[in-house]
Amino acid sequence: MRTELLTRKKIVHTALALALGGVLLWVGPGRAMDAADAPETVEIDSLAKLYSGVHFDHAMHTDIASCGQCHHHTTGDKVTDPNCIRCHANSGEADIVSCRDCHSRDRFSREDLSRLSNPLLYHIDKPGLKGAYHLNCVGCHEKMGGPTGCEDCHGMTEAGERMFHTGKHAPAPTPAGGRSGH
Amino acid sequence: MKSPLSRRNFIKGGLAGTVAATLLKEKKSQAADFEGYPQGMGVLVDLTRCVGCRSCEAACNQEQKLPPPEKPFNDFSVFDEIEHGQKRRTDETRYTVVNRYDIPGQDHPLFRKIQCNHCQEPACLTSCFVNAYTKTPEGAVIYNAKVCVGCRTCMIACPFYIPTFKYSSAFNPRIMKCVFCYDTRLKDGKPPACVEACPQEALTFGRRSELIKIGQQRIRETPGKYEEHIYGEHEVGGTAWMYLSSVPFDKVGFDTHVPKEPILNLVKDFLGIVPMVLTIWPALFAGFHLLATRKDWLKGKTEDEHEEE
Repeated sequence: MRTELLTRKKIVHTALALALGGVLLWVGPGRAMDAADAPETVEIDSLAKLYSGVHFDHAMHTDIASCGQCHHHTTGDKVTDPNCIRCHANSGEADIVSCRDCHSRDRFSREDLSRLSNPLLYHIDKPGLKGAYHLNCVGCHEKMGGPTGCEDCHGMTEAGERMFHTGKHAPAPTPAGGRSGH
Repeated sequence: MKSPLSRRNFIKGGLAGTVAATLLKEKKSQAADFEGYPQGMGVLVDLTRCVGCRSCEAACNQEQKLPPPEKPFNDFSVFDEIEHGQKRRTDETRYTVVNRYDIPGQDHPLFRKIQCNHCQEPACLTSCFVNAYTKTPEGAVIYNAKVCVGCRTCMIACPFYIPTFKYSSAFNPRIMKCVFCYDTRLKDGKPPACVEACPQEALTFGRRSELIKIGQQRIRETPGKYEEHIYGEHEVGGTAWMYLSSVPFDKVGFDTHVPKEPILNLVKDFLGIVPMVLTIWPALFAGFHLLATRKDWLKGKTEDEHEEE
Protein backbone atom coordinates (compact mmCIF):
# COMPACT_ATOMS: atom_id res chain seq x y z
CA MET A 1 0.00 0.00 0.00
CA ARG A 2 1.17 3.43 -0.94
CA THR A 3 0.77 5.04 2.48
CA GLU A 4 2.60 2.15 4.14
CA LEU A 5 5.46 2.47 1.69
CA LEU A 6 5.69 6.17 2.38
CA THR A 7 5.78 5.55 6.09
CA ARG A 8 8.53 2.98 5.75
CA LYS A 9 10.51 5.39 3.58
CA LYS A 10 10.08 8.08 6.19
CA ILE A 11 11.33 5.81 8.94
CA VAL A 12 14.43 4.88 6.94
CA HIS A 13 15.13 8.53 6.18
CA THR A 14 14.75 9.55 9.77
CA ALA A 15 17.03 6.76 10.94
CA LEU A 16 19.66 7.74 8.40
CA ALA A 17 19.44 11.39 9.38
CA LEU A 18 19.77 10.53 13.06
CA ALA A 19 22.76 8.30 12.42
CA LEU A 20 24.49 10.96 10.36
CA GLY A 21 23.67 13.66 12.91
CA GLY A 22 25.00 11.43 15.67
CA VAL A 23 28.32 11.03 13.89
CA LEU A 24 28.58 14.78 13.28
CA LEU A 25 27.67 15.73 16.83
CA TRP A 26 29.61 12.95 18.51
CA VAL A 27 32.04 14.30 21.05
CA GLY A 28 34.66 11.85 22.18
CA PRO A 29 35.59 11.74 25.85
CA GLY A 30 38.74 13.61 26.81
CA ARG A 31 38.94 15.44 23.51
CA ALA A 32 41.75 17.95 23.79
CA MET A 33 41.20 21.03 21.75
CA ASP A 34 44.25 22.86 20.59
CA ALA A 35 44.84 25.82 18.35
CA ALA A 36 45.25 23.60 15.31
CA ASP A 37 41.60 22.49 15.60
CA ALA A 38 40.41 26.06 15.48
CA PRO A 39 39.34 27.88 12.33
CA GLU A 40 41.90 29.92 10.42
CA THR A 41 39.60 32.91 10.16
CA VAL A 42 36.26 33.87 11.66
CA GLU A 43 33.79 36.24 10.06
CA ILE A 44 32.35 38.24 12.96
CA ASP A 45 29.39 39.86 11.29
CA SER A 46 26.21 38.75 13.02
CA LEU A 47 25.73 42.20 14.60
CA ALA A 48 27.00 44.29 11.67
CA LYS A 49 24.82 47.33 11.14
CA LEU A 50 26.63 50.64 11.58
CA TYR A 51 29.98 49.03 10.86
CA SER A 52 30.74 46.13 8.55
CA GLY A 53 31.73 42.79 10.03
CA VAL A 54 35.23 41.93 11.16
CA HIS A 55 37.35 39.51 9.18
CA PHE A 56 39.09 38.00 12.19
CA ASP A 57 42.41 36.30 11.62
CA HIS A 58 42.01 33.62 14.28
CA ALA A 59 45.21 31.76 13.38
CA MET A 60 47.32 34.88 13.84
CA HIS A 61 45.78 35.51 17.26
CA THR A 62 46.37 31.94 18.46
CA ASP A 63 50.07 32.59 17.88
CA ILE A 64 50.14 35.49 20.32
CA ALA A 65 47.53 34.50 22.90
CA SER A 66 46.43 31.34 24.65
CA CYS A 67 42.91 30.05 23.96
CA GLY A 68 41.78 30.85 27.50
CA GLN A 69 42.66 34.52 27.18
CA CYS A 70 39.60 34.97 25.00
CA HIS A 71 37.56 31.80 25.55
CA HIS A 72 37.83 31.83 29.38
CA HIS A 73 37.49 28.27 30.77
CA THR A 74 35.71 26.77 27.75
CA THR A 75 38.68 25.37 25.85
CA GLY A 76 40.11 23.41 28.73
CA ASP A 77 42.87 25.92 29.53
CA LYS A 78 43.49 26.42 33.23
CA VAL A 79 41.96 29.67 34.41
CA THR A 80 44.10 32.16 36.31
CA ASP A 81 41.61 34.87 37.31
CA PRO A 82 41.05 34.45 41.09
CA ASN A 83 37.33 35.07 40.64
CA CYS A 84 37.03 32.33 38.02
CA ILE A 85 39.17 29.81 39.92
CA ARG A 86 36.60 29.75 42.71
CA CYS A 87 34.35 27.58 40.51
CA HIS A 88 36.23 26.82 37.31
CA ALA A 89 39.56 25.55 38.65
CA ASN A 90 38.78 22.07 37.36
CA SER A 91 36.33 22.88 34.62
CA GLY A 92 37.15 20.79 31.62
CA GLU A 93 36.56 21.69 28.06
CA ALA A 94 33.05 22.92 27.37
CA ASP A 95 30.78 21.84 24.54
CA ILE A 96 30.39 25.39 23.40
CA VAL A 97 33.29 27.70 22.82
CA SER A 98 31.89 30.35 20.50
CA CYS A 99 31.19 33.80 21.97
CA ARG A 100 27.59 33.99 20.81
CA ASP A 101 26.58 30.79 22.59
CA CYS A 102 27.12 32.40 26.00
CA HIS A 103 26.91 36.13 25.36
CA SER A 104 23.43 37.30 24.51
CA ARG A 105 22.95 39.33 21.35
CA ASP A 106 19.72 40.81 22.72
CA ARG A 107 21.39 42.25 25.82
CA PHE A 108 19.08 44.46 27.92
CA SER A 109 15.94 43.05 26.34
CA ARG A 110 13.19 42.23 28.82
CA GLU A 111 14.03 38.51 28.57
CA ASP A 112 17.74 39.08 29.07
CA LEU A 113 17.16 41.29 32.11
CA SER A 114 14.76 38.83 33.70
CA ARG A 115 17.28 36.00 33.13
CA LEU A 116 19.95 38.01 34.92
CA SER A 117 17.72 38.93 37.84
CA ASN A 118 17.64 35.30 39.01
CA PRO A 119 18.75 35.57 42.66
CA LEU A 120 20.71 32.31 42.41
CA LEU A 121 22.76 33.49 39.46
CA TYR A 122 26.40 34.41 40.00
CA HIS A 123 27.07 35.80 36.52
CA ILE A 124 24.74 38.80 36.91
CA ASP A 125 27.20 40.99 35.01
CA LYS A 126 27.82 38.94 31.88
CA PRO A 127 28.25 41.32 28.94
CA GLY A 128 26.15 40.94 25.82
CA LEU A 129 27.71 39.77 22.57
CA LYS A 130 28.70 43.24 21.34
CA GLY A 131 30.15 44.15 24.73
CA ALA A 132 32.01 40.84 24.98
CA TYR A 133 33.68 41.31 21.58
CA HIS A 134 34.73 44.89 22.22
CA LEU A 135 35.77 44.49 25.86
CA ASN A 136 37.86 41.46 24.96
CA CYS A 137 39.41 42.82 21.76
CA VAL A 138 39.90 46.49 22.70
CA GLY A 139 41.02 45.62 26.23
CA CYS A 140 43.82 43.39 24.90
CA HIS A 141 44.69 45.69 22.00
CA GLU A 142 45.24 48.53 24.46
CA LYS A 143 47.64 46.41 26.50
CA MET A 144 49.44 44.83 23.54
CA GLY A 145 49.57 47.92 21.35
CA GLY A 146 47.12 46.57 18.78
CA PRO A 147 44.85 48.87 16.75
CA THR A 148 42.13 50.54 18.85
CA GLY A 149 40.39 52.92 16.44
CA CYS A 150 36.84 51.92 15.45
CA GLU A 151 37.63 51.81 11.75
CA ASP A 152 40.94 50.02 12.25
CA CYS A 153 38.92 46.81 12.55
CA HIS A 154 35.68 47.48 10.69
CA GLY A 155 34.68 50.11 8.13
CA MET A 156 31.62 52.25 8.63
CA THR A 157 28.52 51.41 6.62
CA GLU A 158 26.11 53.81 4.95
CA ALA A 159 23.80 53.53 7.99
CA GLY A 160 26.75 54.30 10.24
CA GLU A 161 27.73 57.38 8.23
CA ARG A 162 24.16 58.64 8.49
CA MET A 163 24.08 58.19 12.25
CA PHE A 164 27.53 59.68 12.85
CA HIS A 165 26.90 62.53 10.36
CA THR A 166 30.14 61.74 8.62
CA GLY A 167 31.38 60.80 5.14
CA LYS A 168 28.79 61.97 2.65
CA HIS A 169 26.45 62.86 5.53
CA ALA A 170 29.04 65.21 7.09
CA PRO A 171 27.68 68.60 8.17
CA ALA A 172 28.40 71.49 5.83
CA PRO A 173 31.36 73.52 7.07
CA THR A 174 30.11 76.37 9.25
CA PRO A 175 31.29 79.96 8.68
CA ALA A 176 34.25 81.01 10.79
CA GLY A 177 33.43 81.49 14.42
CA GLY A 178 31.99 78.06 15.03
CA ARG A 179 29.25 77.73 17.61
CA SER A 180 27.11 80.80 18.04
CA GLY A 181 26.97 82.05 21.61
CA HIS A 182 23.41 81.75 22.82
CA MET B 1 -19.84 94.00 76.70
CA LYS B 2 -19.20 92.40 73.37
CA SER B 3 -15.81 92.68 71.69
CA PRO B 4 -15.27 91.58 68.07
CA LEU B 5 -12.70 88.99 69.16
CA SER B 6 -12.85 87.48 72.61
CA ARG B 7 -9.69 86.16 74.23
CA ARG B 8 -11.24 82.67 74.32
CA ASN B 9 -11.99 82.68 70.63
CA PHE B 10 -8.53 83.99 69.87
CA ILE B 11 -6.88 81.11 71.75
CA LYS B 12 -9.23 78.60 70.14
CA GLY B 13 -8.35 79.84 66.67
CA GLY B 14 -4.66 79.79 67.42
CA LEU B 15 -4.82 76.20 68.67
CA ALA B 16 -6.81 75.03 65.65
CA GLY B 17 -4.30 76.69 63.35
CA THR B 18 -1.36 75.04 65.08
CA VAL B 19 -2.98 71.61 64.80
CA ALA B 20 -3.69 72.20 61.13
CA ALA B 21 -0.10 73.26 60.53
CA THR B 22 1.25 70.19 62.32
CA LEU B 23 -0.92 67.89 60.18
CA LEU B 24 0.18 69.62 57.00
CA LYS B 25 3.80 69.27 58.03
CA GLU B 26 3.41 65.54 58.62
CA LYS B 27 2.10 65.10 55.12
CA LYS B 28 5.19 66.81 53.74
CA SER B 29 7.59 64.57 55.63
CA GLN B 30 5.81 61.50 54.28
CA ALA B 31 6.59 62.74 50.78
CA ALA B 32 10.22 63.21 51.79
CA ASP B 33 10.48 59.58 52.94
CA PHE B 34 9.71 58.42 49.39
CA GLU B 35 12.67 56.31 48.28
CA GLY B 36 11.88 56.05 44.60
CA TYR B 37 9.98 53.46 42.62
CA PRO B 38 11.27 49.95 43.48
CA GLN B 39 10.94 48.76 39.87
CA GLY B 40 12.64 51.85 38.47
CA MET B 41 15.26 51.30 35.81
CA GLY B 42 18.66 52.93 35.60
CA VAL B 43 22.04 52.87 33.90
CA LEU B 44 25.42 52.11 35.45
CA VAL B 45 28.19 54.01 33.65
CA ASP B 46 31.63 52.45 34.00
CA LEU B 47 34.24 55.08 33.19
CA THR B 48 36.97 52.44 32.97
CA ARG B 49 35.22 50.91 29.96
CA CYS B 50 34.46 54.06 27.96
CA VAL B 51 36.82 54.63 25.01
CA GLY B 52 35.35 57.98 23.93
CA CYS B 53 33.93 56.77 20.60
CA ARG B 54 30.91 59.12 20.89
CA SER B 55 28.50 56.46 19.59
CA CYS B 56 26.12 57.37 22.43
CA GLU B 57 26.07 61.01 21.29
CA ALA B 58 25.35 59.99 17.70
CA ALA B 59 22.62 57.54 18.71
CA CYS B 60 20.97 60.14 20.97
CA ASN B 61 20.99 62.73 18.21
CA GLN B 62 19.29 60.28 15.83
CA GLU B 63 16.78 58.89 18.32
CA GLN B 64 15.68 62.26 19.66
CA LYS B 65 15.70 63.88 16.21
CA LEU B 66 18.01 66.66 17.36
CA PRO B 67 19.54 69.13 14.90
CA PRO B 68 22.60 67.93 12.97
CA PRO B 69 25.89 68.48 14.81
CA GLU B 70 28.48 71.05 13.76
CA LYS B 71 31.15 68.38 13.55
CA PRO B 72 30.72 64.68 12.70
CA PHE B 73 30.28 62.41 15.70
CA ASN B 74 33.51 60.62 14.84
CA ASP B 75 35.47 63.88 15.03
CA PHE B 76 37.43 63.65 18.27
CA SER B 77 38.73 67.23 18.19
CA VAL B 78 35.59 68.15 20.18
CA PHE B 79 37.32 66.81 23.29
CA ASP B 80 39.64 69.82 23.16
CA GLU B 81 36.79 72.33 22.97
CA ILE B 82 36.55 74.70 25.91
CA GLU B 83 33.64 77.12 26.21
CA HIS B 84 33.51 79.77 28.92
CA GLY B 85 36.37 77.92 30.60
CA GLN B 86 34.35 74.68 30.75
CA LYS B 87 34.34 71.41 28.92
CA ARG B 88 31.41 70.69 26.61
CA ARG B 89 28.01 70.43 28.26
CA THR B 90 24.47 69.61 27.31
CA ASP B 91 22.54 72.23 25.38
CA GLU B 92 19.46 72.58 23.21
CA THR B 93 21.09 70.56 20.42
CA ARG B 94 22.50 67.69 22.50
CA TYR B 95 21.06 65.79 25.45
CA THR B 96 24.33 64.02 26.16
CA VAL B 97 28.04 64.74 25.72
CA VAL B 98 31.22 62.81 26.41
CA ASN B 99 34.25 64.66 27.76
CA ARG B 100 37.86 63.56 28.02
CA TYR B 101 39.83 63.86 31.26
CA ASP B 102 43.60 63.48 31.19
CA ILE B 103 44.62 62.02 34.51
CA PRO B 104 48.13 62.91 35.70
CA GLY B 105 50.19 59.76 36.09
CA GLN B 106 47.91 57.64 33.89
CA ASP B 107 48.92 56.80 30.37
CA HIS B 108 45.43 56.89 28.95
CA PRO B 109 42.61 59.35 29.57
CA LEU B 110 39.19 58.67 31.07
CA PHE B 111 35.95 59.66 29.39
CA ARG B 112 32.82 60.75 31.16
CA LYS B 113 29.36 60.84 29.62
CA ILE B 114 26.93 63.41 30.98
CA GLN B 115 23.16 63.53 30.59
CA CYS B 116 20.20 63.81 32.95
CA ASN B 117 20.84 61.52 35.92
CA HIS B 118 17.10 60.96 36.45
CA CYS B 119 17.10 61.59 40.20
CA GLN B 120 14.90 59.50 42.45
CA GLU B 121 13.57 62.77 43.85
CA PRO B 122 14.28 65.35 41.18
CA ALA B 123 14.93 68.94 42.19
CA CYS B 124 13.67 70.15 38.80
CA LEU B 125 10.34 68.49 39.53
CA THR B 126 10.19 69.95 43.04
CA SER B 127 10.98 73.42 41.80
CA CYS B 128 8.50 73.43 38.91
CA PHE B 129 5.33 75.27 39.92
CA VAL B 130 3.31 74.13 36.91
CA ASN B 131 4.24 70.44 37.33
CA ALA B 132 5.84 70.14 33.91
CA TYR B 133 8.08 67.34 35.20
CA THR B 134 7.09 63.77 36.05
CA LYS B 135 9.13 60.95 37.57
CA THR B 136 7.72 57.84 35.93
CA PRO B 137 7.61 54.46 37.69
CA GLU B 138 10.09 53.22 35.03
CA GLY B 139 12.61 55.71 36.40
CA ALA B 140 12.61 58.49 33.80
CA VAL B 141 12.22 62.16 34.60
CA ILE B 142 10.13 63.42 31.71
CA TYR B 143 9.00 66.90 30.77
CA ASN B 144 5.77 68.30 29.34
CA ALA B 145 6.39 71.31 27.11
CA LYS B 146 2.65 72.05 26.88
CA VAL B 147 2.39 73.39 30.43
CA CYS B 148 5.90 74.86 30.70
CA VAL B 149 5.88 78.63 31.11
CA GLY B 150 9.61 79.02 30.49
CA CYS B 151 10.56 80.28 33.97
CA ARG B 152 13.74 78.16 33.91
CA THR B 153 13.68 77.56 37.68
CA CYS B 154 14.45 73.89 36.94
CA MET B 155 17.74 74.93 35.34
CA ILE B 156 18.76 76.61 38.58
CA ALA B 157 17.36 73.83 40.78
CA CYS B 158 19.18 70.97 39.01
CA PRO B 159 22.31 70.03 41.01
CA PHE B 160 23.93 68.71 37.80
CA TYR B 161 23.17 71.69 35.49
CA ILE B 162 21.40 69.48 32.97
CA PRO B 163 18.14 71.09 31.75
CA THR B 164 18.81 73.66 29.06
CA PHE B 165 16.53 76.24 27.50
CA LYS B 166 15.75 76.46 23.82
CA TYR B 167 16.57 80.13 23.45
CA SER B 168 15.72 79.94 19.76
CA SER B 169 12.04 79.51 20.66
CA ALA B 170 11.66 81.77 23.69
CA PHE B 171 7.98 82.50 22.97
CA ASN B 172 7.13 78.82 22.82
CA PRO B 173 9.14 77.80 25.89
CA ARG B 174 10.90 74.49 25.66
CA ILE B 175 13.34 72.90 28.07
CA MET B 176 15.70 70.47 26.38
CA LYS B 177 16.98 67.53 28.39
CA CYS B 178 17.49 63.79 28.23
CA VAL B 179 14.22 61.95 28.86
CA PHE B 180 15.72 58.42 29.10
CA CYS B 181 14.15 57.78 25.64
CA TYR B 182 10.92 57.35 27.61
CA ASP B 183 8.40 57.76 24.78
CA THR B 184 10.24 55.74 22.19
CA ARG B 185 11.92 53.03 24.26
CA LEU B 186 11.83 52.94 28.05
CA LYS B 187 8.06 52.65 28.42
CA ASP B 188 8.25 49.50 26.25
CA GLY B 189 11.00 48.06 28.45
CA LYS B 190 13.77 48.84 25.98
CA PRO B 191 17.13 50.43 26.88
CA PRO B 192 17.76 54.01 25.76
CA ALA B 193 19.45 54.55 22.38
CA CYS B 194 22.83 55.49 23.89
CA VAL B 195 23.01 52.24 25.85
CA GLU B 196 22.16 50.19 22.79
CA ALA B 197 24.83 51.99 20.75
CA CYS B 198 27.66 51.61 23.26
CA PRO B 199 30.13 49.03 21.90
CA GLN B 200 32.01 48.64 25.18
CA GLU B 201 28.97 48.06 27.39
CA ALA B 202 30.28 51.00 29.40
CA LEU B 203 26.57 51.70 29.90
CA THR B 204 24.72 48.91 31.67
CA PHE B 205 20.95 49.16 31.68
CA GLY B 206 18.83 47.40 34.27
CA ARG B 207 16.72 47.73 37.37
CA ARG B 208 18.39 50.31 39.60
CA SER B 209 18.51 47.97 42.60
CA GLU B 210 20.28 45.33 40.50
CA LEU B 211 22.72 47.82 39.02
CA ILE B 212 23.89 48.63 42.55
CA LYS B 213 24.59 44.91 43.07
CA ILE B 214 26.50 44.76 39.77
CA GLY B 215 28.51 47.84 40.73
CA GLN B 216 29.35 46.36 44.12
CA GLN B 217 30.38 43.10 42.48
CA ARG B 218 32.75 44.89 40.10
CA ILE B 219 34.30 46.84 42.97
CA ARG B 220 34.64 43.74 45.17
CA GLU B 221 36.03 41.38 42.53
CA THR B 222 38.63 43.66 40.96
CA PRO B 223 40.39 45.12 44.01
CA GLY B 224 42.30 48.30 43.27
CA LYS B 225 40.56 48.93 39.97
CA TYR B 226 37.70 51.09 41.18
CA GLU B 227 37.07 53.83 43.69
CA GLU B 228 34.98 52.19 46.38
CA HIS B 229 31.96 54.28 45.66
CA ILE B 230 29.04 54.21 43.25
CA TYR B 231 28.36 57.84 42.42
CA GLY B 232 24.60 58.31 42.39
CA GLU B 233 23.73 55.54 44.84
CA HIS B 234 23.13 58.17 47.53
CA GLU B 235 23.93 61.53 45.91
CA VAL B 236 20.94 63.90 46.07
CA GLY B 237 18.89 61.02 47.46
CA GLY B 238 19.92 58.64 44.67
CA THR B 239 19.90 58.87 40.91
CA ALA B 240 18.82 56.37 38.25
CA TRP B 241 22.08 56.89 36.36
CA MET B 242 25.10 55.90 38.45
CA TYR B 243 28.84 55.84 37.88
CA LEU B 244 31.93 53.75 38.60
CA SER B 245 35.37 55.33 38.27
CA SER B 246 38.98 54.26 38.68
CA VAL B 247 40.02 57.70 39.95
CA PRO B 248 38.48 59.98 42.59
CA PHE B 249 35.23 61.35 41.19
CA ASP B 250 36.26 64.99 41.48
CA LYS B 251 39.14 64.26 39.08
CA VAL B 252 36.67 63.43 36.33
CA GLY B 253 34.36 66.39 36.71
CA PHE B 254 31.85 65.08 39.25
CA ASP B 255 30.53 67.40 41.93
CA THR B 256 31.40 65.50 45.09
CA HIS B 257 29.86 68.17 47.33
CA VAL B 258 26.25 67.57 46.40
CA PRO B 259 24.19 66.61 49.45
CA LYS B 260 23.47 62.94 50.16
CA GLU B 261 19.80 63.72 50.69
CA PRO B 262 17.25 64.91 48.15
CA ILE B 263 17.31 68.63 47.41
CA LEU B 264 13.67 68.53 48.51
CA ASN B 265 14.80 67.88 52.10
CA LEU B 266 16.70 71.17 52.15
CA VAL B 267 13.58 73.15 51.35
CA LYS B 268 10.85 71.03 52.91
CA ASP B 269 11.00 72.82 56.28
CA PHE B 270 10.46 76.06 54.46
CA LEU B 271 7.75 74.58 52.23
CA GLY B 272 6.08 73.14 55.36
CA ILE B 273 5.60 76.56 56.93
CA VAL B 274 4.17 78.17 53.81
CA PRO B 275 0.59 76.90 54.44
CA MET B 276 0.91 77.86 58.11
CA VAL B 277 2.01 81.36 57.23
CA LEU B 278 -0.78 81.74 54.72
CA THR B 279 -3.56 80.41 56.99
CA ILE B 280 -2.60 81.49 60.49
CA TRP B 281 -0.62 84.66 60.18
CA PRO B 282 -3.46 86.80 58.79
CA ALA B 283 -5.74 85.78 61.67
CA LEU B 284 -2.94 86.03 64.23
CA PHE B 285 -1.78 89.48 63.28
CA ALA B 286 -5.31 90.72 62.73
CA GLY B 287 -5.93 89.55 66.31
CA PHE B 288 -2.86 91.37 67.63
CA HIS B 289 -3.94 94.46 65.80
CA LEU B 290 -7.47 94.30 67.19
CA LEU B 291 -6.20 93.68 70.74
CA ALA B 292 -3.73 96.53 70.48
CA THR B 293 -6.37 98.95 69.18
CA ARG B 294 -9.19 97.70 71.45
CA LYS B 295 -8.81 100.51 73.93
CA ASP B 296 -8.98 103.13 71.20
CA TRP B 297 -11.96 101.37 69.75
CA LEU B 298 -13.74 101.19 73.11
CA LYS B 299 -12.85 104.77 73.79
CA GLY B 300 -14.26 105.81 70.44
CA LYS B 301 -17.37 103.79 71.11
CA THR B 302 -18.05 105.36 74.52
CA GLU B 303 -17.42 108.81 73.09
CA ASP B 304 -19.97 108.04 70.39
CA GLU B 305 -22.43 106.92 73.06
CA HIS B 306 -21.82 110.16 75.02
CA GLU B 307 -22.37 112.21 71.88
CA GLU B 308 -25.56 110.37 71.17
CA GLU B 309 -26.80 111.20 74.67
